[in-house]
Amino acid sequence: MEITVKVNGADRTADVEPRMLLAHLIREQFGLTGTHMGCDTTSCGACTVLLDGKPVKSCTVFGVQADGREVTTVEGLMQDGQLHPIQAAFKEEHGLQCGFCTPGMMLTGSVLLAEHPNPTDEQVRWAISGQICRCTGYMNIVNAIQAAGRTMSESKQDAEASVA
Amino acid sequence: MATEAEEIRGIGHRVRRKEDDRFIRGAGNYIDDIHLPGMLHMAILRSPFAHAKINSVDGSRAQELEGVIAVVTGELMAQHNLAWMPTLSGDTEAVLATDKVRFQGQEVAAVIATDPYIAKDALELIDVDYDPLGVVINPEQAAAADAPLIRDEKEGQADNHIYHWESGDKEATDAAFAQADRVVSLDTFYPRSHPSPLETCGCLADVNPATGQATIYMTSQAPQLIRTVFALVAGLPEEKIRIVSPDIGGGFGNKVPVYPGYVVATAASLLLGHPVKWIEDRTENLISTGFARDFWMHGEVALKEDGTMTGLRVSLDADEGAFYADAQPSKFKVGLFHIVSGSYDLPAAHVVADGYYTNKAPGGVAYRCSFRVTEASYMIERLVQNAAYEIGMDPADFRKKNFIEKDQFPYKSATGFEYDSGDYHGAMELALEKVGYEQLRKEQAEAREQGRLIGIGLASFTEVVGAGPHKDYDILGIKMNDGAELRVHPTGKAHLKISSQTQGQGHETTFAQIVAEELGIQPEDIKVTHGDSDDTPYGLGTYASRSTPTVGAATAMVSRKLADKARKLAAHLLEVSEEDVELAKGRFTVKGAPDKAVTIQDVAFAAYTNFPDGMEAGLEGVAYYDPPNLTFPFGTYAVVVEVDADTGQWKVNRMVAVDDCGVRINPMVVEGQIHGGLCEGFGIAAMEQITFDEEGNCIGANFLDYLLPTAWETPRFELGETVTPSPHHPIGAKGVGESATVGSPAAFVNAVIDALWPLGVRNIDMPLTSAKVWEAIQAAKAGAAAG
Repeated sequence: MEITVKVNGADRTADVEPRMLLAHLIREQFGLTGTHMGCDTTSCGACTVLLDGKPVKSCTVFGVQADGREVTTVEGLMQDGQLHPIQAAFKEEHGLQCGFCTPGMMLTGSVLLAEHPNPTDEQVRWAISGQICRCTGYMNIVNAIQAAGRTMSESKQDAEASVA
Repeated sequence: MATEAEEIRGIGHRVRRKEDDRFIRGAGNYIDDIHLPGMLHMAILRSPFAHAKINSVDGSRAQELEGVIAVVTGELMAQHNLAWMPTLSGDTEAVLATDKVRFQGQEVAAVIATDPYIAKDALELIDVDYDPLGVVINPEQAAAADAPLIRDEKEGQADNHIYHWESGDKEATDAAFAQADRVVSLDTFYPRSHPSPLETCGCLADVNPATGQATIYMTSQAPQLIRTVFALVAGLPEEKIRIVSPDIGGGFGNKVPVYPGYVVATAASLLLGHPVKWIEDRTENLISTGFARDFWMHGEVALKEDGTMTGLRVSLDADEGAFYADAQPSKFKVGLFHIVSGSYDLPAAHVVADGYYTNKAPGGVAYRCSFRVTEASYMIERLVQNAAYEIGMDPADFRKKNFIEKDQFPYKSATGFEYDSGDYHGAMELALEKVGYEQLRKEQAEAREQGRLIGIGLASFTEVVGAGPHKDYDILGIKMNDGAELRVHPTGKAHLKISSQTQGQGHETTFAQIVAEELGIQPEDIKVTHGDSDDTPYGLGTYASRSTPTVGAATAMVSRKLADKARKLAAHLLEVSEEDVELAKGRFTVKGAPDKAVTIQDVAFAAYTNFPDGMEAGLEGVAYYDPPNLTFPFGTYAVVVEVDADTGQWKVNRMVAVDDCGVRINPMVVEGQIHGGLCEGFGIAAMEQITFDEEGNCIGANFLDYLLPTAWETPRFELGETVTPSPHHPIGAKGVGESATVGSPAAFVNAVIDALWPLGVRNIDMPLTSAKVWEAIQAAKAGAAAG
C-alpha cells in the first residue's frame, strides 16, 4: 500500500506491506533510527513517538494507520538547529545513561510539559509510567523533565516580557 | 607562553557527559541501526520443549519461500565443526541442536532471508520432529536418583551434577559451631532473574569472501576478548577478525557471553558472502540469554550470648541450566560467592556449593552481580538481621558489634580475600543519621500499637570488584590485564583508547577526566575510543564493575608515563633541569619561580616541533594494568516500608543509600549508577522473576510476565557518601556499578521482614509480591493461633 505520512513536518511517502509496524516504517523506510525497539509487546515504550501530537508505542501501531497523519520522532525535537529544552535538560541533569529509552522519554516529557508546564514529581512519574528505563532508576529523568519545564516557563516569560 | 589557566575539570568534577550529545538527538549508533550493502537477515527457530529428542529437522518448505536464501541446521553447522562451542566455564554448549534440545528456547535452526519479516515467516515452515523427554527444573529434581540425564552426550557424565566446591576452613568452622551459645539459620531461595537491558542482543557479521576479513558488529561487553575467543574456537586468524561494539543499549552482564546467534550469523556470512544481521526479539532475550541467580541457599551463624558472631556456614545448590556457561573468570566455581562473610569479622567460615544441570537456559552469571556477590551479600545480610532478632539485639547494634574495624584493614577474611580498605562504622552511622533511625524505631513502636506494620531494613554490604589478580583470574588462560593508549596531538588535544567498553556508564567522559587530572588537558579536548577491537588496546571488557579498577588504573598509568616525558620537554623549553620542573593541573612551573611556566599545550607542540637532541618525537604511550588485588567497595542501605496486612502490599517510604566506592571520578555519574542499581535491586526484591512450570515452560518470557519497575513503583532514593580510597589503586577508586544491586535487595526484604517479625514471619523468598507477603502473614497468624 502506498501511504503518505507527515514526519517531523515533511511529507514522506512509502509503499508498505499492511503488516509493517510503524516502528519499522520509521526506522527502515524513513531511516530515522532514533526510535528504538525494546520489547515488541507495548510494554517498554522505547519505540514511543508522537502520532498527531500524542505519544504512541510505534511497535503496536501499523504503518498504514499513520497514513495521512503526523508523526514526530526524536529527530523532530530540534527546532531551527537548536536543541529542544528537554534535550538540553536530559544532558544537564544526567537523565540518560545508555540512551536507548531516552528518545521516547523526551517525547512523552515534551507532551506532558505542554499540558503541565511545572509538573510535580508524581505527575512526571505517572506520565512516563508506560516506559521503562533500566539504567537511571528514573530519578534524573524526573529531574530533567521538571528542569525542562522551568526553562520553558522562563523563556516564555522572557518572550512575553520582550513583547510587552 | 602560559596564561592563567581555567580550572581543569578532572577527578571529582560533575562533568556533563560527552556521549549525551548524540543520544539526545536520537543519533546513537546501536546494533540495529547499522546497515550494510547486500545485508541479509537471520531469524532463529527455537525449541518449544524443555527436553526432547530431535528425530529430524527439515527446512525444505522454508527454503521454498520467496526471499529465503538459506536454512541453517545443526547438521550443517556440524559439517563445519560448529554445532557445539566451548563455554567460558569449561563446558560445551550447543550452537544449533543436533541430538536433542535441553531447554525451552534452545536454538534449533536459522533462516537467512532478504527481509526480517520473511525470515520470521519462514521459521514456521521448518518441520522438526521431536520426542519429548522427562524434564528437570530445579536442583532437587536434578539430584534425584531417577532424574532424566540432561547431558547424555558428555563422556563420563552419569548424572546431572556439575561441580562440588568448598571454600574456607571446615574444621575451624565446625569447632566454632560446637562452642556456640546459639546458632541461627536461614533457608532462602534467590530466584532466577534476568538483566533485560532495554536493547536485546544482536550482531551484524560481515565476512569478506575475497580477503577473509571478518568484521562483526556485536552487542558485546568485551570485544577484544570475543576476538580471541572467535580465533580459538573457529580457527580464524586473529588479525582478520574485527569485533566492533557500537553503542550498547544497556548490558548488566547480559552481553558478556558468546551466544549461538553470533556464531551462526558469522558462519552464514562466511558461507553466503553477504553481511548477515541477527537481532533478538524480547522473548528470545528472556528465554535464552544469560540469566542470573537461581541459588538455593542455607546459611547458619554461630553466636556467643553477647551477639558476637564466631562462625558462618553456608551451603547452596546452584541451578546452572542445561549448559554450565557462567561468564566469570575466577578459578572459583561459584564466582566470588565466598565473600559471604561480608562486612563482619568472622574468625571461621565454610562454604559448600554444588552445581546442577537443569532443563533451563544457561549462563548464570549476569545482572549486575560482580560474579555472585549479589547472592552472598543477600545471604549474610538477611542472616545477620534474623540473628540479631533471635538474640534480642537491634540489627544496627548487632552489625556494629561484628563489623571489621577500620584499623583491621587490610583484612584477611576467613575464605581468603584480602579486603583493601573500609570504614563500615562510618557508612553505617551516616545512613542511620540520614534516615533518622532512632526516631524511626519509636515511630515503628507507636505504629505497631495502632496495628500498622512499619518495617526498617538495613544492609551493610561489602562488594568485591576489579577482576583480577593473575593467580586466581583468567579467561581461557588469558590474564586479566587491561590497557589504555594515549596520544597527545601537536595542538595539545588528546586521544585516549581504552580496552573497556561502555553500555551507558559514561566512559567517554569519566576516563577523559582521569587524563585531565593527570595532564591538565580538559576532558572535552580528549577523544575517547572504545569498543573496536582493531582500534583499542587489549583487555577483557566491561563487567563486574571492573572498568574503573582496571582500565581506570591503566589510564592513570599511561597519563603518568606521558607526564614524565612532558616534564623533560618542559625542562627543555624552560631551560632548566628536569628536577626543577613541577606539573600541576596542566602547568609546568619552575620550582621557586612559579611565574616561569609552560602549559601542556606548549609541551605537546614541542614534542613534534622542538624536542631536545636524543629524544624521540611525539607524546604517546600505552600502559597495561595488572591488578595486584581486588577492590572492596561497601556501604549501608536503609529502607523504610509500610505493609498493608490485609492485602500484602508494601510501599517504600524511604530509601537511604550510603556508598563508599573510594575516590569518585565523576560524582554525577557515580550517583546515576547507584540510582540505577537501586532501582534494579528494588525490581529483584519486589517483582522480577523467571519461573518454569513442571514441563519446563518459561514463565517470564516477555515484559508482560517478567515485570520491571517503572517510574511509578520505583522509590525515591536519598544518597550519601563516605570516601575510603583503595590503597593499591593509582587514583584510589574502587568501582561502583554493582554496589546497589549487591546491597539493596536484602535491605528491601529486611524491611518487610522487620515489619512482620512480631507476627512470626522469618522469611519470604523474593520477589516479595503482594500475594506472597499476604500468604506469609496468613501462615504466621495461623501458626500463632495453632500454637
